Amino acid sequence: MIEFLRAVKGRAYPRVIGALREPSWMLWDTFLPLLSLSAYVFVYRSLHAPREFEGFVILGGIMTAYWLNVLWGMASQFYWEKETGNLQYYIMAPASLESILAGMALGGMFGTTTRAIGILLLGTWLFKVDMSVTNPYLLLLIFVICLAAMYAMGMMFSSLFLLWGREAWVTSSLFEEPIYFLSGQNFPVKALGPYLSMAASIIPLTLGLDAMRQLIFPSSIKFALMDPYLELIFLSILTIVYLFLAKVFLRKMENIGKTKGTILTRWL
Amino acid sequence: MYAIEVRNLWRTFKTRDGVVEALRDVNLKIKKGELFGLLGPNGAGKTTLIRILTTLLLPTKGEAYVWGYSTATEERKIRPIINMVSGGEYSGYGLLTVKENLWMFSQFYGIPGKVAKRRIEYLARRLKFEDILNKKVRNLSTGQRQKMNVARAFLTDPKVIFLDEPTLGLDVEVARVIRDFVKEWLLENDERTVLLTTHYMHEAEELCDRIAIINEGRIIALDTSDNLKKLVSREFSLVLRIHPKINISWINKIEGVQKYLTREEENGLRVRIIMSREESIADVVDGIIKHGAKISYLKKEEPTLEDVFLKLTGRGLE
Repeated sequence: MIEFLRAVKGRAYPRVIGALREPSWMLWDTFLPLLSLSAYVFVYRSLHAPREFEGFVILGGIMTAYWLNVLWGMASQFYWEKETGNLQYYIMAPASLESILAGMALGGMFGTTTRAIGILLLGTWLFKVDMSVTNPYLLLLIFVICLAAMYAMGMMFSSLFLLWGREAWVTSSLFEEPIYFLSGQNFPVKALGPYLSMAASIIPLTLGLDAMRQLIFPSSIKFALMDPYLELIFLSILTIVYLFLAKVFLRKMENIGKTKGTILTRWL
Repeated sequence: MYAIEVRNLWRTFKTRDGVVEALRDVNLKIKKGELFGLLGPNGAGKTTLIRILTTLLLPTKGEAYVWGYSTATEERKIRPIINMVSGGEYSGYGLLTVKENLWMFSQFYGIPGKVAKRRIEYLARRLKFEDILNKKVRNLSTGQRQKMNVARAFLTDPKVIFLDEPTLGLDVEVARVIRDFVKEWLLENDERTVLLTTHYMHEAEELCDRIAIINEGRIIALDTSDNLKKLVSREFSLVLRIHPKINISWINKIEGVQKYLTREEENGLRVRIIMSREESIADVVDGIIKHGAKISYLKKEEPTLEDVFLKLTGRGLE
């Protein structure tokens, strides 16, 4: 267990240091998303939509920062690690690949949280978003479980992206826009209709956003997909399922890599 | 028990152009404490063999053991006791310092922080890179980076270390520091074992207790450097630089010429000929002049491992 935690700490370190040592990234990663959020806010204002919709946009922007980190910092990461030659050393080391991925996830969460806080503070200040949290403990729990499910999904994708092909950035891009739509990043997901919104619930971001909106903007309950407690249960199930699948696909990736010799090293 | 044992090992790869046999019936037994060299040209199968031994690749047929453990089924027992360095590798993260990178890799082997710190300082002193410990990796030169890579591998105090062309593309001084370090490291403990792959024959000659020559996936000779050179003990090498470039295929017809190798150089050719008759040197010189070329350099040399390779395969190492 100590060895597992050491590996987690070791792999989280470059991401934590990256966030602190390169503050310019933080500026751009906070400022640029705010521009696109502003567009949605102004659209809602011009349509005289309910005020809480502006809050939806800010919350969506925060959670999207995590989703982008899951895609580009988790799902695509093994591909980049292969290109730089790190992947072979991760596999050769006694530490499990799960511990390496857990380190990436924790480090990624740290870096993204600094950006998310920036978006939250600037967004609420700029657009005078009124938040009234009804149950802070449940909100925190849902936020943490939602992150756990999202990063578990990223762990699962990390092996799959490597198995699917060499153009990880194309695969990542493919998962960007559809998820914005299906998760209801800037609108209540209920608007997609019962079948599509239920199907979209396999994306942790969908359930997490829906639950957090209800807890931060109580007047938005009428737009909610389901009860936050139920969403917490589903998110917990998704976390377990994605972690299990991540483990299965990691073994599969390693096995295919060792058998075919085409995955683990960039020159084969 | 051997440090490394390979029995009837085959490895094939399916490519668009068909099946490539990277290793063909390889057999090896490397004793504990040995510095064993694998000498062969690019594409001979050296790296494939290392990948199998480091548990990164499965053999198509045959068995491989490290410290008595099967590389196919007991990789969890092998991984804590091995490590590897490749030439020209770019592992690690550019925004971290050398010290931070080394510490990070030590964590994947469960090494406590204080022990890791002590070992990093020790290796930096031994490999002469103390001055760059706090430098970001992205700002390192090729030689500095390779010293860090070597430290990364030795940091875990492995029982068996795989050095895959560790001095590839390095300047003479850095390569010498690395070679000296490897020799000293081996002397510190009787059981430490090194498998070195290289296509630099002088490196193999200088470092290795025994050398296997590999070509097109097969081990074609295996012995000490001195014994291997006995394969060409009745011959000598004639090294010439001629210009301009001319076709010298006629050279084979001269009595006593066994094999020859040419390498293009600016405005000319470097020719290495394995010969068994000193009297034939004059015929070679005459022939070159008759074909309209000039000789700017001529030297008779003692046979080297490259000559052994040339005699066995008819081709050069590079």
